[in-house]
Amino acid sequence: MHDIHVIDPVTRIEGHAKITLHLDDQGEVADARFHVTEFRGFEEFCRGRPLAEMPALTARTCGICPVSHLLASAKAGDAILGVPAPPAAQRQRRLANLGQIVQSHALSFFHLSAPDLLLGMDADPATRDVFGLMQAEPEIVRRGIGLRRYGQEVIEAVTGRRIHGHGIVVGGVTDPLTSDQRDGLRAGLDEALAAAEATVELSFGLLDRFAAEVEIFGRFPSLYLAHCAPDGTWEHHDGTLRVIDGDGAIVVDQFDPAAYRDVLGEAASPDSYLKVPYWKEAVSDGDPATGMYRVGPLARINVAERFGTPLADAGLAALRDRVGRIASSSFLYHHARVLEVLASLEHIAMLLDDPVLLDEHVRAHAAPNRRRGVGASEAPRGTLFHDYEVDAHGVVTAVNLVIATGQNELAMNRTIRDIARAYVTGPELTDGILNRIEAGIRAYDPCLSCSTHALGQMPMVVGLIDPRGETVDERHRG
Amino acid sequence: MSPREPRPTVPVTIDGQEVMAVEDETILSLARRVGVDIPTLCYLEGLSVYGGCRLCVVEVNGDARLKLACATPVWADMEVRTDTWDLREHRRRIIELLFAEGSHICATCVSNGACELQDLAATNRVDHIHYDLGFAPNLPLEPVDASHPRYVLDRDRCVRCSRCVRVCAEVEGAAVWEIAERGGNSRLVAEMDVPWGEASSCTSCGKCVLVCPTGALSFKGSAIGEMRHDPEVVAFLARAREEEEWLDRSAGSGSASEVRS
Repeated sequence: MHDIHVIDPVTRIEGHAKITLHLDDQGEVADARFHVTEFRGFEEFCRGRPLAEMPALTARTCGICPVSHLLASAKAGDAILGVPAPPAAQRQRRLANLGQIVQSHALSFFHLSAPDLLLGMDADPATRDVFGLMQAEPEIVRRGIGLRRYGQEVIEAVTGRRIHGHGIVVGGVTDPLTSDQRDGLRAGLDEALAAAEATVELSFGLLDRFAAEVEIFGRFPSLYLAHCAPDGTWEHHDGTLRVIDGDGAIVVDQFDPAAYRDVLGEAASPDSYLKVPYWKEAVSDGDPATGMYRVGPLARINVAERFGTPLADAGLAALRDRVGRIASSSFLYHHARVLEVLASLEHIAMLLDDPVLLDEHVRAHAAPNRRRGVGASEAPRGTLFHDYEVDAHGVVTAVNLVIATGQNELAMNRTIRDIARAYVTGPELTDGILNRIEAGIRAYDPCLSCSTHALGQMPMVVGLIDPRGETVDERHRG
Repeated sequence: MSPREPRPTVPVTIDGQEVMAVEDETILSLARRVGVDIPTLCYLEGLSVYGGCRLCVVEVNGDARLKLACATPVWADMEVRTDTWDLREHRRRIIELLFAEGSHICATCVSNGACELQDLAATNRVDHIHYDLGFAPNLPLEPVDASHPRYVLDRDRCVRCSRCVRVCAEVEGAAVWEIAERGGNSRLVAEMDVPWGEASSCTSCGKCVLVCPTGALSFKGSAIGEMRHDPEVVAFLARAREEEEWLDRSAGSGSASEVRS
């Protein structure tokens, strides 16, 4: 194995990474690696902090999905207190998570990926961005901005701010939701639903245009892991996990996320700050890469039987008519995302009709009653685990964060390898290859600030490395 | 002379404004009465004067040696300047040094949005720290003391203003707190440097938490940005005691046996 091509920086994803493509003696792509090159150390510096500070402290991991960290952290805190959050608080938290899924998916689809999808992967890079798209398709961009704004309004109602809110705390939430806030959210719902429906239609239409990409971009069997209601309904925040295999057969069901260590291992790698989780049971020959599983929108729509809402379920049925019960191509993450936007809005509508949502008892108080607690929730990019241990006074002594993007790392490597094999034909890295590799990564909507608990913009390096370990070609971007 | 009778007054000029000051009152007291703003941190109405933070320094009669407004009594024909370029620069440096010394990362602090140090930085236009940080962000110099069942002490957020020391000794009468060591090593300790939860003299009254200007002392269970202090409670208590508000004066001399239940 030798050659490394480096794509650096990978743009329009959240964070900073590089990619290496390893060639064999015949000059064929033997392997690909996605490296995350930044270090942050949240798990270190959270130690020694009082438990109550953890939600807003860990939320600083990321400005895209702070709500996901607030939620998983608050749930881990609840588990340590040993008390459930009051019913109204649980509904508010669910509402915030739905808003989070809407805004984050809208960002991924419209701002980051739509330039590739609508302008074409070989369009001029100078205009292949959201600004170029605004020129070409102003209506579509307006829809995306509107959806993202609506998601953020939902988040703001619960957490107090659109980004880095603080209303979600250990034991519940800080403030009751007022009827004015609820009515404000209701007022914007119809427009958001209409935009989401139109987006599902648009995205479904793209599947024809990108038939080749659907085949090449990470189409392989894998395990899928996500929260799921016991009856098979899509779930985004509470309850238990379900894992299915590439054929849709249930591997594990109603699994308590608190026991994640029994089933998931975490591998550290010398060339990336991203810890790589793997499904222990699937590992063969001691190679963590064989324990690959996928999380996130694609995993959630594969694991669940249904969304439990009419419009999204119709969209899911149409997708299954086309690709089968299991959507195995990572390119379909995009479509899974827009289906989830629609489903989330429908679930928001149901929550806003629930009178318990406005109940004024929103916070439970207790001293720590347990020494360890795990909180899990579905972040937009997949299942997020926060695992804390505390001392007798409630000061955190150990932290483990298992992040969605990390869990997709093995699948991303495989996806990059497949794309490279399909498009790399010589010792040179062409723009077409770079564009497709970037787009392949972008399908996962990776968030590297979360996955390394790292910081910064996202430039990309891709290296092509020959069997002697020497770099044959290297391209930088960003 | 009874303290309730009016005291003689003396003429003083403060920032060009000619005013009558009450004899023996401090420059700070005069300034506040006539609406001149002098920043303070360790000073708290109702407690003894400490003079530790040096933020309230002013120029008197053009003397290069600055005076503490909180600790300097007025005298006749004094000329005070509170807002010169030198003074503003001086105060900024003090605030920067306080920031450089501890863990003052507002975004992850319980007192974010209700912190006197944060307010001082904003009002005195501190936008950079020109000193080396004595603190690698978020790596604690001292472990958090969460041993008290109701309160938490994070010494890395402490500015050694000693308000807690004074309120505990002077108002609550418990004298749990003391500042140990000197200079950069000085640190707040409970009793003979025991964990707060083991300090048997602590009455758990919480006044120290209410007067803390930063997030060093907080209610246990406070989420980030949630802590709200109430330092004015000390002035209220001091006034109530001075005015004997809780004594039944109609019954006579106001001895303890006559306190209303």
